[in-house]
Amino acid sequence: MTLEARNIHVTIKDNTILKGASLSVPKGKLIGLIGPNGAGKSTLLRAVLGLVDTQSGTISLDTEALSNWTLKQRAKKISYAAQGAPVHWPLDVEHIISLGRIPHLDPWQKISDTDNELIQQAMIKTDTLHLANRLVTTLSGGERACVMLARAIVSEADYLCADEPIASLDPYHQIQVMDILRDLANDDHGVLIVLHDLTLAQRYCDELILLHQGEVLSTGTAEQVLTPDNLDKAYHIRASRWQENGDSFLSPWKISGRPDHR
Amino acid sequence: MKINPRLLTLILSISLLIIAFLSLFIGAADIPAVDILAALSGTADTSTEIIIIELRLPRVLLGILAGASLGLSGAALQGLLRNPLADPGVIGVSATAGLGAVIAIYFGLSLLFPLSIQILSMGGALLATLILSFISSRDSSVLTLILAGIGISSLSTAAIALTMNFAPNAMSLQDMILWLLGSLENRTMTDISLAGPFIIGGWLIMRGVGQGLDASSLGEDTAHTLGINLKRLRMKVILGSAISVGATVSVCGAIGFVGLVVPHMVRSLIGHAPGHLLVPSALFGSILLTIADLITRIPLGHGQLKLGVVTAFVGSPLFLYIIYKTRGAMR
Repeated sequence: MTLEARNIHVTIKDNTILKGASLSVPKGKLIGLIGPNGAGKSTLLRAVLGLVDTQSGTISLDTEALSNWTLKQRAKKISYAAQGAPVHWPLDVEHIISLGRIPHLDPWQKISDTDNELIQQAMIKTDTLHLANRLVTTLSGGERACVMLARAIVSEADYLCADEPIASLDPYHQIQVMDILRDLANDDHGVLIVLHDLTLAQRYCDELILLHQGEVLSTGTAEQVLTPDNLDKAYHIRASRWQENGDSFLSPWKISGRPDHR
Repeated sequence: MKINPRLLTLILSISLLIIAFLSLFIGAADIPAVDILAALSGTADTSTEIIIIELRLPRVLLGILAGASLGLSGAALQGLLRNPLADPGVIGVSATAGLGAVIAIYFGLSLLFPLSIQILSMGGALLATLILSFISSRDSSVLTLILAGIGISSLSTAAIALTMNFAPNAMSLQDMILWLLGSLENRTMTDISLAGPFIIGGWLIMRGVGQGLDASSLGEDTAHTLGINLKRLRMKVILGSAISVGATVSVCGAIGFVGLVVPHMVRSLIGHAPGHLLVPSALFGSILLTIADLITRIPLGHGQLKLGVVTAFVGSPLFLYIIYKTRGAMR
């Protein structure tokens, strides 16, 4: 059971964004999609969700081509937490989370007791129960991120794609969100996240995919991907590394060169 | 304090029935309530029946149909465009429908053939809809839709001004102005049978959009990943509101403000979820328009109040009050 993209090419208005990128998200794994700004991470994530037109390449969901699934069927299998967690109306938190049940409801169908049960569970998992009646406009960035995760979780999809779920969060909420995502993967979900924090990426992800100029530069475990050569080539940085209780960590440290402006 | 949407729908339905009956009751001839009921069930004497069924009933029915179209379209468009400033005017339909009517008056067609105003203005609304569908089929952004609507609207407004500028005589100029102010006076069952099917057809096209509009509050990408077909949603809302509002404007003239303010009034009662706003906004629109029509019947020294003027005068202060009260929530 895998969500897969093979050899994806995307060109938007004469800009080539992806040049044959591939990824694979098996159930039960937390996969980190990393790379510098403009490498094509968000585009690849959106391609996997069917949100961008691809020029070539195949996307498959549980061995069946994504295009063979209806929108509704896809929605039941893959959930998405968009970058910046946009909400356009001052809605209350419980209502927002309930929107995650839409894939399972007919247009006129109301939320049932079973749905409410799942909403409660999702709020417990994401520690948002106390926010249920708050308006989303009154939440902090960290609270908002957790609410959006609850909304994605409540759809009971096998796969979750999250675009920079921890961007601009404080360390507490970064770790909280990564813990939630890790738990989801341990719970046999396939989780794909775009992220910039290499320290957390190394610590939490089962596998990393390093994108560089629209291509996959390296893929594998954090040790295989975050090598000094790869960091230099993709990010033009050097990292400092240390060990604690038998685990190894790294932190971006110094600029090692200049990006070549294409 | 927020009210449950279903409770509000019930309260509004009952209020609408009462106000509609009140509207049948009030008029130049003094007719007791018993006789009104008799006329509605077809057992009254001929003169009472003529006054109630042929004079007052069309006016009341049209007020309900028009108000509901404007309220419903306003709520649906604000939800679709995720913009509290949207109303049927934003997509340009009101203006093109108005242009059609003004052209009919300009060429004196309304004198040759009484329904020409209605037919031309519905044609105008349809034209706006076709242009909008053409543009939105090539580009999927809602911003494009708003901008296209503004473009169509400005062009039609300019064309209306041009037509009035070259009005053949003072009489037809006055006809145009009066028509643009909107009214439910002297409407007959013929008007209703002409516009009614389009108005109700427009509502039917919009049925079931609530869920999609709710999902759209999380942005179009997220709505898509929740299984919502956005193109279909957009078509339903645009086409449905263009047809129902176009038909409304074609028989009632331009009635401003109802579509913009009604959803805000309902929001202040039940919250912002776009899907919950639809039915209460339709009912609230009907109530507001029926009340405004009652106000136009107040006898004044000379001339008569016009419906569009009253809706704006009743609606704007309420609107300003609500905006003042909720200014913190809109960010």
